[in-house]
Amino acid sequence: MEKVINWLDARFPLTASFKAHLSEYYAPKNFNFWYYFGSLALLVLVIQIVSGIFLAMHYKPDGDMAFASVEYIMRDVPFGWLIRYMHSTGASAFFIVVYLHMFRGLLYGSYRQPRELIWIFGMLIYLMLMAEAFMGYLLPWGQMSFWGAQVIINLFAAVPFIGNDLSELIRGDFVVGDATLNRFFALHIVALPLVLVGLIAAHVIALHEVGSNNPDGIDIKKHKDPKTHLPLDGIPFHPYYTVKDILGVVVFLIVFTTIVFFAPDMGGYFLEANNFVPADPLKTPAHIAPVWYFTPYYAVLRAVPPMFGSQFPGVVAMGVAVMIFFALPWLDKSPVKSIRYRGPRYKIALALFVLAFLGLGWLGILPATTLYTWVARVLSVIYFAFFLLMPWYTRHDSHKKEPQRVTDQ
Amino acid sequence: MKTILFLLLALPLSVFASTEVRLDPAPINVRDQESLQRGARVFVNYCLNCHSANYMRYNRMRDIGLTEAQIKDNLLFAADKPGDLMKVSMRPQEAKTWFGATPPDLTVITRARGADWVYTYLRGFYRDDSRPTGWNNTVFDKVGMPHVLHELQGHRVPVYRSEADHEGQWHQVIDHLELVKPGKMTGAEYDALVADLVNYLTWMGEPAKAQRMNIGLGVLLFLGVFFVLAFYLKKNFWKDVH
Repeated sequence: MEKVINWLDARFPLTASFKAHLSEYYAPKNFNFWYYFGSLALLVLVIQIVSGIFLAMHYKPDGDMAFASVEYIMRDVPFGWLIRYMHSTGASAFFIVVYLHMFRGLLYGSYRQPRELIWIFGMLIYLMLMAEAFMGYLLPWGQMSFWGAQVIINLFAAVPFIGNDLSELIRGDFVVGDATLNRFFALHIVALPLVLVGLIAAHVIALHEVGSNNPDGIDIKKHKDPKTHLPLDGIPFHPYYTVKDILGVVVFLIVFTTIVFFAPDMGGYFLEANNFVPADPLKTPAHIAPVWYFTPYYAVLRAVPPMFGSQFPGVVAMGVAVMIFFALPWLDKSPVKSIRYRGPRYKIALALFVLAFLGLGWLGILPATTLYTWVARVLSVIYFAFFLLMPWYTRHDSHKKEPQRVTDQ
Repeated sequence: MKTILFLLLALPLSVFASTEVRLDPAPINVRDQESLQRGARVFVNYCLNCHSANYMRYNRMRDIGLTEAQIKDNLLFAADKPGDLMKVSMRPQEAKTWFGATPPDLTVITRARGADWVYTYLRGFYRDDSRPTGWNNTVFDKVGMPHVLHELQGHRVPVYRSEADHEGQWHQVIDHLELVKPGKMTGAEYDALVADLVNYLTWMGEPAKAQRMNIGLGVLLFLGVFFVLAFYLKKNFWKDVH
C-alpha cells in the first residue's frame, strides 16, 4: 500500500492534496448547526448527478415522447420511480440547503474581507443552479413545465430592442417547443453541470486559501501555537469535521428519504399537480406559478407595475433582487463580522429581510390579488432596503467588542 | 409578445376569483386489492373506450392480485398482449369533433386532479338539455363528456336555491340533485362503484406507491441505526476538543 502511494506521490500530489484540503486544513473548532449546509450542498450535487445520469439513460428529449418517457421511467424502469423522485426532491433540497448556506453567510459575515471571492463564486453557483433548475423543470414536459418556461422566457422578450430576438434565441423557435426542449436538455445535462462543478471547485479552493470563517467572525490565524505554528482554535478538517459532517449527512438523509419515500409531491410544492397533464400549447392553465424556490423573485416581478406599457421594470427589479447579493461584501461597513457582536440595527434589518424573503416566497405561490400585490410591494421595498441601506445602518450601529479567541456557545 | 407576457402575468389575478366546488373525500384504499380489481373491471368496461391509459400496461395489474391469464381472459378487449399499453383506437381528431374536446388520458388523472375531484365529478352528472350531450356536471361545468354510467346511477336534475354573493347579487345555485329516473343501482351502490373506480385510478396513477412506502420504512430503519453509530463516532472523535 505504502509503495503504491509513494509511486503515486512521485507523479501526482495525492498525499499533499489530502493534507492541504483535509487532514491538515485547520478549521475553527466552533462550527455550529449552520456549518453543515456546505457539505450537504455537495452531497445533494452528487445525488443530482448520479440520479440524473440514470434518468438520462431512459428519458427522451422529444416533444412527442418526453412526457411518456417520464411515465415510462416511473413504471417500467426498475426503481425508475426512485431515481426520479430522488432527482425531483433533490432539486428542492438543493435550494433549501443553499438558502440556509447563504443565510449562514449573512449571520456570521462570511462574505466579508478576505472572503469576497468565495462569496462571488458562491453567488455564481447560485445563479447557475437557478438556470439548471429552470431548464430541468421543462424536461418532464407537463403543463407547468411548458407554461412556466413560456412565462420566464417571455420575460426576456420584455428587454427593450433586442427582447424578441433574445427570447427566440433561447427558445430556438417562436414558441416553446421541441427545439426548446432539446436545447434545454443539452444545457441541463452537459453545459450547466460542467460550469457548476468548475465553480464549486473554485469556491472550495478559494475557501481553503483564506481559511474558514466561524460563528464568532474572528480570525483564528491571529493566535498560533508558537512551536507548531498551528492556529490554537483550529482543528484538522479530517477527522474532526468529516465525522461531524457524516452525522449531518445522516440527519439530512433521514429528512430527504422521508420525502422521497412518503411524500414525493410534498403537497404539490415539489411536484405540481398540473405537471401530470402533458404540455398543451393551446390550453393555458388557470394559475401559473413557478416552483417554490423561485417564488420570492416572482413576487418581486409581479409587485412592480408595468411602466410605459412594458413589464421591463419588473424584470429589472427581479434581476436586481438576485444580483444585489453580489454587492454584499462592499455594502457591509460593520467593524465586526458575526451577528453575535453586531448591534440591534443589523439584527432588526436581517430579521426583516428574512421575513420579507419568506413572505415574498409565500406570495409568489398565491395568485396576486390587489391586497397581496400591495403586501408584495411593501415586502419588496424591505428586501431592497436591506441591501441599499446597509452601508448606513452597519456603520452606525452599536457593536460589541469581538473576543480574541473563539467562544463556546 | 408584450401583450402575451402581460396576459400571462395578469392571468393568475383573474382566474382564482371563480368559486371552488366543495369536493367529497374519496373513500379509497389502494391496499384493498378486491376494490382495485372491481375498479379495474369498471375502468376497462366503461372508460377505456374513449379514454386511453397510454402509460399503463395491462400486465401491471398483476400487482393488484390478478394473474396474467385472468387479465387476458377478462380485461383484454382492446389489445392483443398483456404487455401492451392501454391504448384506445378512437382517433383524437374524431373525438374532438364528437365531444368538443379530446378525452384526456387517464393514467395519471388522479395525480393531476386529485382523487376527491374525480370521485365528486363522477357522481356529479345531471340532465341539462341545453348541452349537446344532454348532460352537465356540478364540478366541471359544460363538460364535453356524457354521463357514461347513467344506466347505473339513473337520471338526476338539479334543484336550485338563491344565494347572495359578496356584492349582494342573488344567483341561482345548485342546491342538490334530485333523482327523476332510477338506475340499476341504489345511490349507495353507485357511490361504492365509483369509489372502486377512483381507487383503481389512484393506484394506476402510481403503481409503485406500495413498494415505495415499504422500501422507505427499511431505509429509515437503516438510517436510524446509522444515526446512532454516527452520533457516537462523532462524540468519540471530539472528546479531546475543548
